[in-house]
Amino acid sequence: MNATAEALFVAEPYQPTDDVVIDCQVDKIFYGDFLAVRDSTVPIEKKKITGFIGPSGCGKSTVLRSLNRMNDLISVFRFQGSVMYHGQDIYAKKVDPVVVRRYIGMVFQQPNPFSMSIFDNVAFGLRLNRYKGDIEERVERALQRAALWKEVKDKLKNSGLSLSGGQQQRLCIARAIATEPDVLLMDEPCSALDPIATRQVEELMLELKENYTLALVTHNMQQATRVADTTAFFSVDISQGGRTGYLVEMGPTRQVFEDPREQLTKEYISGEFS
Amino acid sequence: MEKLFQAANTSGSISGPPSAREYFNDRLFRSIALTSAFLIIVLVAYILWEIGREAMPAIGEYGLGFVTGTTWNVSKGEFGVLPEIWGTLYSSLLALLIGGVFGIAIAIFLTQDFINHRLATVFRTVIEMLAAIPSVVFGLWGIYVLIPLLKPGAEWLHDSLGWFPLFGTNLSGPGMAPAALVLAIMILPTVAAISVDAFRRIPYKVKEAAYGMGTTRWEAILKVMLPTASSGVLAALVLGFGRALGETMALAMLIGNANQISLSLFSPANTLASLLASNFPEAGRIEVQALMYAALVLLAITFLVNVAGLAVQQYTIRKFEGKK
Repeated sequence: MNATAEALFVAEPYQPTDDVVIDCQVDKIFYGDFLAVRDSTVPIEKKKITGFIGPSGCGKSTVLRSLNRMNDLISVFRFQGSVMYHGQDIYAKKVDPVVVRRYIGMVFQQPNPFSMSIFDNVAFGLRLNRYKGDIEERVERALQRAALWKEVKDKLKNSGLSLSGGQQQRLCIARAIATEPDVLLMDEPCSALDPIATRQVEELMLELKENYTLALVTHNMQQATRVADTTAFFSVDISQGGRTGYLVEMGPTRQVFEDPREQLTKEYISGEFS
Repeated sequence: MEKLFQAANTSGSISGPPSAREYFNDRLFRSIALTSAFLIIVLVAYILWEIGREAMPAIGEYGLGFVTGTTWNVSKGEFGVLPEIWGTLYSSLLALLIGGVFGIAIAIFLTQDFINHRLATVFRTVIEMLAAIPSVVFGLWGIYVLIPLLKPGAEWLHDSLGWFPLFGTNLSGPGMAPAALVLAIMILPTVAAISVDAFRRIPYKVKEAAYGMGTTRWEAILKVMLPTASSGVLAALVLGFGRALGETMALAMLIGNANQISLSLFSPANTLASLLASNFPEAGRIEVQALMYAALVLLAITFLVNVAGLAVQQYTIRKFEGKK
């Protein structure tokens, strides 16, 4: 492979067919001196599920976490490019990442409920946003939508950490959707779950997209085909000696999986490497 | 069994059973650990028994009146430690309040990304060095530095807010305020170091979850990190309180050794440990028995405080972490 030609590869931009909620244009993402991701344009369309797939180290999680400035927790993180959310670049100087995260919620790879009661976990965001209405009703609704209500309705006072892994993850989803955030980012939400819990979470995602916009990082290509409307395939470029991730191809999920434009995509989805 | 596995193994595996020596080491280590644990229990029981034996005559003589009596008069043979019990609890509670607030604040400052990791380690080492200062040095520092420093403020508080019970008397020298302040400094390293560990144990994913909900740093610390670390922080407070209850030398030098019960921060008082330290050297046979009784009372208080602390800690673990 020719190193310089590889480095210059930039994916053909995906032409969105719906309203774009988050228009993410990554020029470069650094961790310290390390170039983690380059040249990736990922528009997230309204009320759709956008799937991010690709091998380990391809930067898909990094890009997802850039969408609500979660990466700001890492002190050496640097973002070059723009993430336009309703016409506002969330990386502009005057923007407070705290505000961004209140509108763009997140569900993580590992279930991470707070060490407090199930009720307080779900009510956390409501109280944080000084919600004046009926908190109990909102908590119940969030738990119902997260398909957890039946299992926990009699033990809302118990600690969130007393639940099983799958229940904890659904609790975290309930916590994230209780405040009705505009966009929900999910970073491999099923990687710690068994197949049954995974299926429940997937059904939940399909239900959620009626109201929300979702972006989903997944290691599981079947999951992408099951739930994602559009899919972005990232790969990692090791030819430069580094490990820089970049977008290879983005399009409607069906097209990416059945008729990929790029040879690399074809090899990845057919399981030739991972 | 090993032979059976070996014989059945035809794939040329180099797996084999542990040697007899390894089994021996295993057993040896286990018995050493068990013996050590057992010896601690024996030691505590022995100390209790010895003190109890020496205190027996006094227990028979004064009974519960010892705990409710307020005079300590050797010539009349009257012994009561209520003022000392009060002084012990009051000074320790004050110290816990001050040392606890500062200790937890330090722990938050050192663990929640306010300063970089290397600087935090330096800070932590300095705070832990406080624990290495001999208590007599703290006592001297209290007498020569702290008391003169407190005097003008105490005078002003007494003059202008004298009606308020906490400032009801003047600070004439040693007293509750300098004693409690020094005690607070002495328990600070314990509270801070153990709280730091409690905060460090919080997994990164919890921090992510908090910030992911859109909390400010203050909200993340107060609403998420502190409750998550609560059982460890409670343990720190219990240990700090226990240390304050038993502290002897600095208090004997600073508290004034006055047999009285007062809410005032500036009046002299006494504690059980300081009573023991001050009276033991010149005590006769009868007084030694009374002092042994006082030591038992101190042990009982420490024990009760630890049990209560443990119960609260278990409760928070159940409530917040859902463990049985």
